[in-house]
Amino acid sequence: MTISKEKRNLAIAGILIGIISIVLVLLGNPKNMGFCIACFVRDIAGATKLHSAGVVQYVRPEIIGLVFGSFLISLLTKEFNPRGGSSPMIRFCIGFMVMIGALVFLGCPFRMVLRLSGGDLNAVVGILGFAAGIGIGSFFLSKGFSLGRAQKQSIVEGAALPAVNVLLLILFVAVPALFAFSEKGPGSMHAPILISLAAGLIVGCLAQRTRMCMVGGFRDLFLLKDGTLLFGFIAIFVAALVMNLATGNFKLGFTGQPVAHSAHLWNFLGMVVVGLGCTMLGGCPLRQLILAGEGNSDSAITVLGLLMGAAFAHNFSLAGVAGSADSVGGPGTNGKVAVILCLVILVGIACAKTFKKKEK
Amino acid sequence: MELDCRGLSCPEPVVLTKRAVKDNPASIDVLVDHVAGLENVSRFLRAMKYEVSVTEGKGEWRISAKK
Repeated sequence: MTISKEKRNLAIAGILIGIISIVLVLLGNPKNMGFCIACFVRDIAGATKLHSAGVVQYVRPEIIGLVFGSFLISLLTKEFNPRGGSSPMIRFCIGFMVMIGALVFLGCPFRMVLRLSGGDLNAVVGILGFAAGIGIGSFFLSKGFSLGRAQKQSIVEGAALPAVNVLLLILFVAVPALFAFSEKGPGSMHAPILISLAAGLIVGCLAQRTRMCMVGGFRDLFLLKDGTLLFGFIAIFVAALVMNLATGNFKLGFTGQPVAHSAHLWNFLGMVVVGLGCTMLGGCPLRQLILAGEGNSDSAITVLGLLMGAAFAHNFSLAGVAGSADSVGGPGTNGKVAVILCLVILVGIACAKTFKKKEK
Repeated sequence: MELDCRGLSCPEPVVLTKRAVKDNPASIDVLVDHVAGLENVSRFLRAMKYEVSVTEGKGEWRISAKK
């Protein structure tokens, strides 16, 4: 059997990304959180005082690096391609809801894989929900779901989000007093700035080159019987698993897992929201950051939706609460209602954009 | 047959291509304007046993497939 170049590249990139993720944990990031797009965007929302949850506030250089790494490599390879205008408001709203789903589960699809590699079995429940959500999304796609065509945009439009990221980095380094920083909790745990930034840049380049996408793997498998993109997913898992085993960070079970809860139904439903929403958006939160770096302003708007969703999730107590010795944890009533609402709204949008009258 | 997928985000180009080759046409041209679409559609058409060639324009690609 020969392995295609794409699969080989995805496997190599996935292994590197898995290793980098665990190195970040060894250097200070929270456990099973070398990377987490949802958690890190949420931390940035906290640092910029969009929410005031004291334990999750930090300007994560990984996010800045991901966007800027993709921006740089796409300029170099002439793949920087400013486009936008495909239902930006709907994308903002879907990004908002994806973040709520991810924070109920406590992680984006990327962290879900990392949690699994650390032995967190709650992530298995998450993957089932994630795959179910992608299955629902794929059904709508096969029936003609579309958010409409994007058009060419100016370079300024395409470069706006990468520029905002650089500005954020400069302010973070030069005037840290502007921001709020956690003194305890996950927000207080982080690798040194330069290492986090470098990790983001490298992973941003790798993900841009390989088009790695956590949603794309399952989606292509369901829609096209093509598992190519799953290779990246699996490679990250295997590399991180080996690293976790080697460094004594592997612990199999449901309870006592870092920044996780065992409210199974809500882990499942939270990730259904993420899977469905991301399939409608055309890519997982990581992929949205990468596309935004390539000049896709629809993805940039989606990233702002993620940011705003994170702020609302903490301002209105929607996020899941990590389990402890005497509690399985999970979302409160607000979070449960929010997840159900998100599901109903997502299916509503999907129906409206699938079974519409033919556009002339 | 020509399929204009410019401006469509992933995976719409490949979903539309899949629908278009259902009747097994002898040849098909697909227009895309991002690299992920180019790779997805090309990979899919190759898997469908088409011979694929690509011509690059300004920020867009024409994927020509023949049986």
